[in-house]
Amino acid sequence: MSKTRSHAGRSIAAHAILITYTLIALFPVFVIVINSFKSRRAIFAEPLMPPMPGNWDLVGYTTVLEQGDFFQYFLNSMTVTVASLFFVLLFGAMAAFALSEYRFRGNLLMGLYLALGIMIPIRLGTVAILELMVSAGLVNTLTALILVYTAQGLPLAVFILSEFMRSVSDDLKNAGRIDGLSEYRIFFTLVLPLVRPAMATVAVFTMIPIWNDLWFPLILAPSEETKTITLGSQVFIGQFVTNWNAVLAALSLAIVPVLVLYLIFSRQLIRGITAGAVK
Amino acid sequence: MGALTLSQVTKSFGKTDVIKGVDLHVAEGEFCVFVGPSGCGKSTLLRMIAGLEDVSSGSVTLDGRDITDEAPAKREIAMVFQTYALYPHLTVRDNMSLALKQAGEPKAAIDKATARAAAMLALDPYLDRRPSELSGGQRQRVAIGRAIVRTPKLFLFDEPLSNLDAALRVQTRIEIARLHRDLGATMIYVTHDQVEAMTLADKIVVLRAGIVEQVGSPMELYNNPANTFVAGFIGSPQMNFLKSAALGERGESTGIRPEHLTLSRETGTIPGTVSHVEKLGGETLVYVRAEPHGLLTVRLFGEHDYAVDEPVHMTPDASRAFHFDAAGLRLR
Ligand SMILES: Nc1ncnc2c1ncn2[C@@H]1O[C@H](COP(=O)(O)OP(=O)(O)O)[C@@H](O)[C@H]1O
Ligand SMILES: [Mg+2]
Repeated sequence: MSKTRSHAGRSIAAHAILITYTLIALFPVFVIVINSFKSRRAIFAEPLMPPMPGNWDLVGYTTVLEQGDFFQYFLNSMTVTVASLFFVLLFGAMAAFALSEYRFRGNLLMGLYLALGIMIPIRLGTVAILELMVSAGLVNTLTALILVYTAQGLPLAVFILSEFMRSVSDDLKNAGRIDGLSEYRIFFTLVLPLVRPAMATVAVFTMIPIWNDLWFPLILAPSEETKTITLGSQVFIGQFVTNWNAVLAALSLAIVPVLVLYLIFSRQLIRGITAGAVK
Repeated sequence: MGALTLSQVTKSFGKTDVIKGVDLHVAEGEFCVFVGPSGCGKSTLLRMIAGLEDVSSGSVTLDGRDITDEAPAKREIAMVFQTYALYPHLTVRDNMSLALKQAGEPKAAIDKATARAAAMLALDPYLDRRPSELSGGQRQRVAIGRAIVRTPKLFLFDEPLSNLDAALRVQTRIEIARLHRDLGATMIYVTHDQVEAMTLADKIVVLRAGIVEQVGSPMELYNNPANTFVAGFIGSPQMNFLKSAALGERGESTGIRPEHLTLSRETGTIPGTVSHVEKLGGETLVYVRAEPHGLLTVRLFGEHDYAVDEPVHMTPDASRAFHFDAAGLRLR
């Protein structure tokens, strides 16, 4: 009896802490979203007031949707993020499998080399990357961004995934080998499903910086056709005047796709944990 | 079908030699058990036979065919693992039939082989379940079924019972012995448990640190151990090693099994005091401290009342005593 009560007490305390944290974390997002529906004057006068008939104004959204090709920017961001994510997960998982599964000369060194990128920011190489893209004729293409983001995401992916792949039962892989499965079948059908929670974690950590990045779109692909949503929103931030309605509306819109992707991955994460592998 | 020969097989991981030159012949239809303490290289040797681990030097021959560099799937072997290693995304039926599908067998033949294996192991009710919906014992039976379906020349078992609870272990052990009789196939079985080795084997291979210490039938090893290691490893409870000098015997140490010591309150050749008593109903184990030999185990049939610290006398059965030299080798 007392045991269950103390259990409930602990659970309430844990929830209180989590709810407090959630409120703090969501507060800026909440402010952005409510203000995106208000008139310019109302934003500055009462920033915390929810949108209501008196201050209701969709001017931000209409500006965003009329000025520039916002739908195209969205599509660009989506393409770049999804394609980079796909390549990071595919190549990262394959490299991690090779590092954790096969004994070969220089295995450890190769692992360290691949993990080096975690400590050295890729932006240090911006000039070289730009020169590379110019000579390859890839400036102002989404391919340039996808290549750079894939390179940027791989180190962490290889590092995290190889740790997880080491924990996949050797017996299971060996059973597959004895039954005549190819190494590719073993990788795709036996190992990948078991490291799905790790893949989801890597996906989330990889996705957010790519979606939010301003640096490489600005340098490598600033043309109208290849602008990403973060770059596209910058037109509303001027040196002297900033169109806050439009900025807030653009930001609110930019949250949606990344939220959807996150929901997909987090479901995978939870399913991976609860389903549990057969030991 | 299924005679295996290892000649001068070695394995090194970098600089550490794990298997140090093993010669072995397993005859067709034989049940061969590799036994030895943890880390002595049993699994490594088995995986080399399976082709999961490269052989550093030496050769592996199955039915006269050199399979040293053959891929695992081409060796006509099947393996059962300690952790079952069932494919979590496949049903029991698909787990069992995967190897034949990979080999491109016709569907009718696959169905027949699966049905036969399922019937042998009483797995019919579970064929459409996933491994996660089975108990540990059922999972291990599916793993065994997966091996049977392939009708391999050679079955390999790597500690298949160590994840099961005691009752299930005995039951599955009997089932494996029955399978060996019914199939008449050659089997190699790895365990660190000498009881499993004694009860299942036609031939036991005792390994220590990558070296074969002795090969023989269970009773040969029990009655004729080659050295102190084999003498101490085979038989339960463990053999007592007494100081030969104190007994006026040959050699450095004298080995007497607990069942070959008699205990008496009145007379005997070795005096001591009772240190601990374990009553198992059918038998009683009495631990007696006797200097200079140390703690000796006496195994008595039936129930006996000995009190702790009681002075007692032991008498060894001289005809069952073994003598060993300082290096641990048996003196004949
Ligand atoms: N992949 C490996 N790399 C390095 N050492 C290994 C590897 N596999 C096994 N070993 C070593 O080989 C020895 C024998 O291992 P193993 O065959 O698993 O023993 P057993 O099955 O008898 O308990 C152990 O000392 C182990 O540390
Ligand atoms: Mg082992």
